[in-house]
Amino acid sequence: MANIFHPSMNAISRVSIFGMVFVIAAIFFIIWIVVRSPYWTEEGVAREQPVPFSHQHHVGDAGIDCRYCHTSVDKSSFAGIPSTSICMNCHAYLWNDQPMLQPIRDSYRDQKPIRWTRVHDLGDYAFFNHSIHLHKGIGCVSCHGRVDEMPLMWKNQSLLMEWCLSCHRDPVPHLRPREFVYDMRSLEELAESGDLQRGIENDLPEFDAAESDLQSLRLALSQRYDIQSETNCSICHR
Amino acid sequence: MTASSAENSHPTNTRLTDQRGHQFWRSLNELADGDAYRARLAPEFPDHADRWPSGLSRRKFLSLMSASLALASWSGCAKKPEEEILPYVEMPEQLVPGQPLYFATAMPLFGYGVGLVAESHMGRPTRVEGNRHHPFSLGATDPFTQASVLTLYDPDRSQAILNNGQISAKAELQSAIGALRQRLDANNGRGFRILSGTITSPTLLAQLKRLKDAYPAMQWHHYEPVPQDADIRGCELAFGRPLQPLYDFGKAAVILSLDDDFLLAGHAPIPHARQFAQHRRASVATSRPREMNRLYVAESTATVTGAKADHRLPLAPQSMEQLLLALASRLDVNSGDEVGTVPAEVPIEWFEALVDDLIRYRFGDCESSALIVVGYNHPPHVHALAQAINAKLGAIGTTVTYIQPVVGTTASSTDSQGNASDDEALLVSPFSQLDSLRQLKEAMKQGEVDTLLVLSSNPVLTAPADWDFTDAISRVPYRMHLGMYADETAELCHWHIPESHYLECWSDVRARNGLVSIIQPLIAPLYDTWSPHQVVAELLGQASVSPYEQLRSAWRERRPDEGAAEIANDFDSQWARWLKLGVVPGTAFPAAPNVGLSSEFAERFTSARNSALATANNTQLDDSDESRGTLLQISFRPDPSIWDGRFANNGWLQELPKPLTKLTWDNALLIAPSLARELDLENEELVTVTRGARQLRLPVWIVPGQSPRVATLHLGYGRKAGGRVASGPGFNAYELRTTDAFWFGNDVRLAKTGERFPLACTQEHHLMHGRELVRAGTLSELQQHPDHPPFMHEHHLPDNPSLLPNWEYDGYKWGMVIDTTACIGCNACVVACQSENNIPVVGKEQVLMGREMHWLRIDTYYHSAADNPETAFQPLPCMHCEKAPCEVVCPVAATVHSDEGLNEMVYNRCVGTRYCSNNCPYKVRRFNFLQYADYDTPVLKLLRNPDVTVRSRGVMEKCTYCVQRISDARIAAKKEERLIRAGEVITACQSACPAEAIQFGNLNNPREPVTEWRESPIHYKLLGELDTEPRTTFLASLTNPNPDLVPREPIHDES
Repeated sequence: MANIFHPSMNAISRVSIFGMVFVIAAIFFIIWIVVRSPYWTEEGVAREQPVPFSHQHHVGDAGIDCRYCHTSVDKSSFAGIPSTSICMNCHAYLWNDQPMLQPIRDSYRDQKPIRWTRVHDLGDYAFFNHSIHLHKGIGCVSCHGRVDEMPLMWKNQSLLMEWCLSCHRDPVPHLRPREFVYDMRSLEELAESGDLQRGIENDLPEFDAAESDLQSLRLALSQRYDIQSETNCSICHR
Repeated sequence: MTASSAENSHPTNTRLTDQRGHQFWRSLNELADGDAYRARLAPEFPDHADRWPSGLSRRKFLSLMSASLALASWSGCAKKPEEEILPYVEMPEQLVPGQPLYFATAMPLFGYGVGLVAESHMGRPTRVEGNRHHPFSLGATDPFTQASVLTLYDPDRSQAILNNGQISAKAELQSAIGALRQRLDANNGRGFRILSGTITSPTLLAQLKRLKDAYPAMQWHHYEPVPQDADIRGCELAFGRPLQPLYDFGKAAVILSLDDDFLLAGHAPIPHARQFAQHRRASVATSRPREMNRLYVAESTATVTGAKADHRLPLAPQSMEQLLLALASRLDVNSGDEVGTVPAEVPIEWFEALVDDLIRYRFGDCESSALIVVGYNHPPHVHALAQAINAKLGAIGTTVTYIQPVVGTTASSTDSQGNASDDEALLVSPFSQLDSLRQLKEAMKQGEVDTLLVLSSNPVLTAPADWDFTDAISRVPYRMHLGMYADETAELCHWHIPESHYLECWSDVRARNGLVSIIQPLIAPLYDTWSPHQVVAELLGQASVSPYEQLRSAWRERRPDEGAAEIANDFDSQWARWLKLGVVPGTAFPAAPNVGLSSEFAERFTSARNSALATANNTQLDDSDESRGTLLQISFRPDPSIWDGRFANNGWLQELPKPLTKLTWDNALLIAPSLARELDLENEELVTVTRGARQLRLPVWIVPGQSPRVATLHLGYGRKAGGRVASGPGFNAYELRTTDAFWFGNDVRLAKTGERFPLACTQEHHLMHGRELVRAGTLSELQQHPDHPPFMHEHHLPDNPSLLPNWEYDGYKWGMVIDTTACIGCNACVVACQSENNIPVVGKEQVLMGREMHWLRIDTYYHSAADNPETAFQPLPCMHCEKAPCEVVCPVAATVHSDEGLNEMVYNRCVGTRYCSNNCPYKVRRFNFLQYADYDTPVLKLLRNPDVTVRSRGVMEKCTYCVQRISDARIAAKKEERLIRAGEVITACQSACPAEAIQFGNLNNPREPVTEWRESPIHYKLLGELDTEPRTTFLASLTNPNPDLVPREPIHDES
């Protein structure tokens, strides 16, 4: 009886068996890459909204404080999306005939909420609290990025658990004086502009920003704000 | 045990004869220790994971599996769906998005108010807790109030107006009521009747009065299937005027309860449980020894009150009166010609010890006194006799005070003499609801009623069976019904109006002592529902005035004088204060002065007794037919979970294991072990109960401690309508309940059928094989050995202690101590946990497989003879072991330890191996075998606590110590740059507990009560010998038996 397989099949079968290991590894590697890619996390992907609201214009150009619209950010887990009435505080007078703002006026007239699209969407099993992060000296910019430069809102970070943990394990590099948590500038920019000293007068009256480097400032803040590495599961999952 | 093994079919006897010392058992099967029981105990879940809901074949299973595999691989390829955020158009005042708001309100429970604080998340009430300022809540709750939020979101609630069963429009109903008003105008209201439950709302009563003034010929009737007015009529016999007793168990040193389950199903279980427990807490008396009360209970059915008794006696209901008469004779109370002899079932030394104790505290120091209470299932003359003995014992003014009856009173306060105003004329029969319903029935049968309006009541189900209420109501030409469910009465009415939930509409209500609470709604009505105020207003032609305005104008007119003139002048600020407090101060009824035993008591008592006896003799059924089974007495009781059936559509309450029987989803005929032996009956065996021409087929359940010749039947089951959950489970006790045996009767026959009916009982689920689990002893043992009482079973740590390292907890160290002396096993904590932690309902089929999801169970342990055991409750949440056996076996680290000592469960990591549950010695972990949480029904989404994950299928879960509350407190403390204060974190179970049996706190804080409790000599760790270092620990169950009565020896049955 003739051989069904040519002898070269021996080599091919060996190669394919060993090759399978690499193929499986590659599949895992690809998955690993994909779930971290902006395609998956939607990091940096601007979202369509019923009204093309520009943080760049309102924060960057107009200089409106975050808390004017996100009223509960320092009090609650949820930062709060502004009610239509907050929009209308200004837009009853400004650009009140712009067609772009028609959904706002419709909402106010019909008493129906505007249906915004959520940009930062955590898993339902993760519980995040804005107020305590601000209180501990973590600024908006650390997670949300330079919203003052975003014409439409996008996620600036992946919001993956490993990203959360990277800071929860070592929060110190992300600290800033409470005075500047709503400030979009980095600590370096604040130091350059000379505003830094004014901002730490309350919390660190003894500290001289001009004389010290930023790392020692962060360490001093860490002492002052009683910063701990919070990595118990129930801090976020319950 | 099986029927075939005849020779050992009752091994309980042999086991009991060699019982010595404190040996505990949880069920009669455990006591018998048969092979079948052992086989069932071996696996962790009685029936294992290979069981699917019925109707799932192997083929279906395989196709499901392949489909789910395919879907699972695809689901990984789908990105997260886009979500929307809908902000407010205008932000409500006070609201901080993401933070709950709390509002004081009150729930009308059987007509009387229980003060509550409701938690609202972004406008949706998710949970209720007790209001500390309310004397009948005291910050605690009971299962009914806890579960009331589920009723609000019940998808089966009636949502539309029905006219002859067809959905109708509001305008049509309004025009129908308009036409009715024209008819009433024409004939002065003749033939118009209203039937309601107990109403104490001053505003609604004032509206009804206005209706009566407009149509003087109309009549209002009231009826509760569990009427609680026998004591008022008893006082009328004893004191010459109707009075309502208010008890203070906190001042009672010796209590005798005759069939009164005052801790769970009495008049005011929450404050009574609190007072009782506070006077029993000798267990915490490490530094300050206190006196402990003593409770004697004679009861026909095993209840939690009997379980807490120091001396309990199973006694047929008919013998209670005789026991009281004997007491009266001994204590020189003139009760007429009747000379009491001690009933044969009562051991004479038991009686003598009771008499000694009562006399010891007669006219005792003003701090404490004796108290006798009688259950509302006994006729008025028995209550009268009890009140006469109370008067003789000097209890009036200390343990019992009397007020003008709250029911049927419309005046906002009473005159200085405590006398009722003339408003009672409004009610046909103010103090006998059964008579009130009887008068309505008679009128309907004689064709005198042409229009009937039923307000939130279900008489077609609940009226006595011998009245044929269906026939009577069918003779009324025009019938309207207001109710939360399209129930049995709604089906027989021309119009059905959906009723608003108490969290949806403005109202007011009186507590048992007359104190008014304003019922503040938390949410606008979910459907187009009506409150009783709106229906009556429509009848009055005042529909344009909203219930809120009605309420406010009523209170503006007759606000109570609070003395503070500057507040009283400004109604709005006064109103705001009432809403904030949850009560209207100054509205409680004053104690009636000059209450003394009437000189005509003896005559009145004798005549009432004779007429009661005559009625009983007249209605004696022919019970000579032996072929219809064994002659028994029957006793009807409200169900501990669904009461008279009004909560039948509430899944939380249906699945709640009933105290002592641990049955869920069904009722059964409760019988005594001795009767079961005599008739060779087993649990779940179907029997027929015959009473005259009436018959009911239902399964039996054997209850340790049941009175031997009495069968007990709980009301409210076996319904035909009223929602998907309500219609189905159980057996309708109302079919047997007639006026001559309204509460109990002595002429039923019980016959075996040989068939079986499965009952879902959780008593044997999650057993921890017989070790020294519960500690129970007596006060005198503790006093003799204050440091190491002998019943504490000092456990010896093994030579090879845990391999796990010791860990230092220098921050917070959370721990819980449960005082089993105080625990009354009422289940409030179980429902509170379910409500707080989004725990799903699984259904009877799954409970039968041992898959109930309650994070907290109440283990019941019995000791000594099955015929009258001593009982101990041990609530069991997760132990949060420092050296947790579950953590080391999890392959994916889904259950881990926090540095505050919490044993954490990370749902999103869990892959469902169930190793943790296997390795848990306490059996406190629950596995989501199926998708129990309802993700689809929109209205149920409103119910969920947003701070707790809604767990999905395939995930293990367990008690978290309410970690969301710890987190909230931690964040609040950090923001204020301080530590969490003592008492700042209160778990859901702790807040609900009426007996204050649960303490939770930081063990590193010496100011927490929990640290003090852990120092107690009767503090113990469950299964401490395993060296798991549990953070949940217990205080032993202490009793205070009379030294004259030696501890009960096991009763050796002669059979």
